[in-house]
Amino acid sequence: MLIELLIALCLLGAVVVFLLPDEYAPFGGFVASLFPLVTSFVLWYGFDGSGNAFLQGGQLAYETDVEWISLGQYAVNWHVGLDGISMPLVVLSTVLTSLAIVTGWTPIDRQRSGFYALLLFLEAGLVGVFSTLDFFAFLVFWEAVLIPVYLLITVWGGPRREYAAIKFFVYTNVATLVMFIGFAALVFGLGDSVTSLDLPAVTQALRAGELGSLGGVGAGTLRLAAFAAMFFGFGMKMAVVPFHTWLPDAYTESPTPVTVVLAGIVTKMGTYAMLRFNFTMLPDIVEQYAQVIALFAVVTVIYGALLALSQHDLKRIVAYSSLPSMGFVLLGLVAYTPYGLSGATFQMVSHGLLSGLLFACVGVIYSATGTRMVGDMAGLAGRMPVTAAAFVAGSFGYMGLPFMSGFMGEYFIFQGAFDSFPGSPVFTAVAMFGIVLVAGYLLFAMQRALFGEFRVDGSSTVRRAAVHDLAPLVVLIACVIVLGSAPHLIFSMIADAVGPLLGGGL
Amino acid sequence: MAPLPDWVGLAPALALTLTALVVFVIDTVKPRSNDRALLAGTTLLGTVAALAAAGAVLVSGMASGEGLTLFGGQLVVDGMSLFFSVIFASVAALVTLASYDYLAGQSEQAEYYALVLLATAGMCLLASSASLATAFVSFELLSLASYALVAFLKEDKGSVEASLKYFLVGAVSSAILLYGISLIYGVTGGLVFDTVAENVVDTPHTGLLGVGVMMVLGGFAFKTASVPFHFWAPEAYEGAPTPISAFLSSGSKAAGFVVAFRVFTVAFGFEILTDVDWVLAFQVLAVVTMTVGNFAAATQENVKRMLAYSSVGQAGYVLIALAALGGGSDALVLGMGMSHLLVYGFMNTGAFLFVALVEHWGVGRTFEDYGGLGSKAPVACAAMTVFMLSLAGIPLGAGFFSKYFLFGAAVDAGYWWLAAVGVVNSALSLYFYTRVLRAIWGGDANESLTIESYPVGLYTAVVAAAVVTVLLIPAFGFVTGPAVDAASALF
Repeated sequence: MLIELLIALCLLGAVVVFLLPDEYAPFGGFVASLFPLVTSFVLWYGFDGSGNAFLQGGQLAYETDVEWISLGQYAVNWHVGLDGISMPLVVLSTVLTSLAIVTGWTPIDRQRSGFYALLLFLEAGLVGVFSTLDFFAFLVFWEAVLIPVYLLITVWGGPRREYAAIKFFVYTNVATLVMFIGFAALVFGLGDSVTSLDLPAVTQALRAGELGSLGGVGAGTLRLAAFAAMFFGFGMKMAVVPFHTWLPDAYTESPTPVTVVLAGIVTKMGTYAMLRFNFTMLPDIVEQYAQVIALFAVVTVIYGALLALSQHDLKRIVAYSSLPSMGFVLLGLVAYTPYGLSGATFQMVSHGLLSGLLFACVGVIYSATGTRMVGDMAGLAGRMPVTAAAFVAGSFGYMGLPFMSGFMGEYFIFQGAFDSFPGSPVFTAVAMFGIVLVAGYLLFAMQRALFGEFRVDGSSTVRRAAVHDLAPLVVLIACVIVLGSAPHLIFSMIADAVGPLLGGGL
Repeated sequence: MAPLPDWVGLAPALALTLTALVVFVIDTVKPRSNDRALLAGTTLLGTVAALAAAGAVLVSGMASGEGLTLFGGQLVVDGMSLFFSVIFASVAALVTLASYDYLAGQSEQAEYYALVLLATAGMCLLASSASLATAFVSFELLSLASYALVAFLKEDKGSVEASLKYFLVGAVSSAILLYGISLIYGVTGGLVFDTVAENVVDTPHTGLLGVGVMMVLGGFAFKTASVPFHFWAPEAYEGAPTPISAFLSSGSKAAGFVVAFRVFTVAFGFEILTDVDWVLAFQVLAVVTMTVGNFAAATQENVKRMLAYSSVGQAGYVLIALAALGGGSDALVLGMGMSHLLVYGFMNTGAFLFVALVEHWGVGRTFEDYGGLGSKAPVACAAMTVFMLSLAGIPLGAGFFSKYFLFGAAVDAGYWWLAAVGVVNSALSLYFYTRVLRAIWGGDANESLTIESYPVGLYTAVVAAAVVTVLLIPAFGFVTGPAVDAASALF
């Protein structure tokens, strides 16, 4: 019942915070977020990831499976559970939500109770996405995430908030519909061999080759079409080029805490779901079309990095820098080797922390200087050393420096991808070149904004950052370094979960 | 224990009628007293009693399967009639609760409450009608009460004009319905649905029968505000006192559907009626209603009119339940239509009651007027958010479930293109539903607006509707079970 408790605590916190007066809302929101945080650590502490319900008919940790809506083939069960892939992401969600709430204390100055309540509501949706094993419940949480993000952007966002919010809403909603059709086609194609929309049951049936034809479309074509539909749906969420255009607008217009959650966790919904659906359910398509998928990954890395290179707005640079990381994740997934898959999962967590760190830095810099344009500032390191140090640390993490989490993720991905499918060395090598570009724009931004003679256009001083502005940065750096130097903290559980997908251990 | 007499099945309608009489007595003893608490309290008690009675009979199982037949087959109490009685009584209870504040300062309140009760009783009887005669009489009981209720704001020109339009269109459609009934009587020699069904099979007068069926269909399309008989709806909903708009667009519409479900499945069952393809007519009606309703809603500047047109669009979704019959999963699709109406009863009533609440504060009706309400009345606006997203089919309320299951059932029946039209319309509806959210949360606040009073009844009704809409997500399994059972008893 712990997963239910975790979700319930988020929702309860959201209601309580919503009813609080505005002046107590920031601290109240933080306190409310500590309950799910502690619960998620309890889950982590007692985690046993040895069972895998997806492929071996085993049992996931903290699994609950009760009947919810009973309607023959449309039956919906309340089926939740965690394995080594979802567990780190649940912890990432609770950690980042708590930190995001703290990063909002300075910039959010109106309708605060609503703001923090929505963040907690969003947390409930995210935890739900990562823990449900029934497609319908999954869809409920998946769509439920849209609502708070839409409202958070449209009410508290930047000058072009309405445009960005609607764009985000329409793009991701259409993506969901397409994904839904793809999955529904699979379920209808399976016919009587599945009796519900249970994800493990559907996975096992698909892997056992029970897919029939549907409406005159043969099983092979159906698999491919469903794969493509789901790839489009989840690719939109994880912002694979060319489905990435919603991302810079949404990230840039969101207030800092929302950007942290959006970049840190919401995009991970896409990568997580792609692993769960596309790559776990239809591995033969992955094998068959590995080069095509890898092409998406490599283009996302290189094109995303080039886009970031051409930006002048610090927040947009960081926003676009998510693209290469997501490309790496996709490359790790398509490799479909033990190292590739676990590297990709590790990279999801790592990128969540790193992007959260960099966006939080940008938030602090923006509220201190009043500008985000790289050209308008210089030499910030002298006046705001902690923020600058955090920005440098985050950038190095992105570039994959050893002893930071980014290194571990990328190393495993490249290791796993190098010799996985015909032509993979070429794809991997090109993708690795992306790191050079990543280093390029991050160094460029750091050098221009942080070092040199102090200068901020329009003012000669900067506002001093409060302790609560800097605390999230410090915590995030600590997490990045801990995961970088002791990856086994989550790596062993990831390996436990990934092994069965490939029919063996790591 | 001796089995209860059959008339207990009519307990919901009886409770409502008796309460109406009690309200009349109160008005006779203390004429023109306008003791709001007493009148609203009595009415609320009556509606809750009807709700409890319907629920109790439903749970007791005394009306399970084919149900109880009363008055020589004129009325039938079965799962479907009780299921809909639950919807009607819930909507009436919410509307009564909201009217308590809305009617402050109005005269003739006893008449208002009595008419609401009688109209609800008419709906319950409509759900139980097993003959074209009782169906027509209940139909008129509901309609006449509704005309008067729409005109309740006598001093308001809009209210009177709306009522006049509603009355004129309603009278014509009643005439059409009646003419259709007479043609069917002429062809089959019976009014009770079962008799009609028996005699309809090998009648030589298929042409006459076809005209009759289409005329009956037109009569119901009017009541459910389906295109092209929807023109009265936005006018009437806009002019009426807003709680009455909620009442009409949720309750009265569901009443139109329940009798259509019964007439078309029992009396003109598509498996017996091969010459008149009314399923095709409903398919056309469903597609046109969804599309026209949603497109019209998207172009409105006035929130109340937007809701009125969107309720036309929602009627289109429910029409899928009739349009997808004959595809092999009839009970499922009909049951899902019923479930959608139940959820719709709460979310749509709630949305209109929110408009009533905002009117009570003296805020205008356009999207712009709604700007920044979120910071002034966060709880009510949170409730409105639930309604809007639930209506749009986003899982903050049970509207997501009811809509997706309805579309899923249509796919299961082989009418995937109906579901596709529904999905496209759903996506379009996001535009105007989120427009309300953009206004209340994101719009610029009207600084001169100060909210002085928080009307208890209205607030309670809005919040209660929102809570039920959300709670129906986990409890949706309890809705679909009885709904599908009730629907399968019809076939």
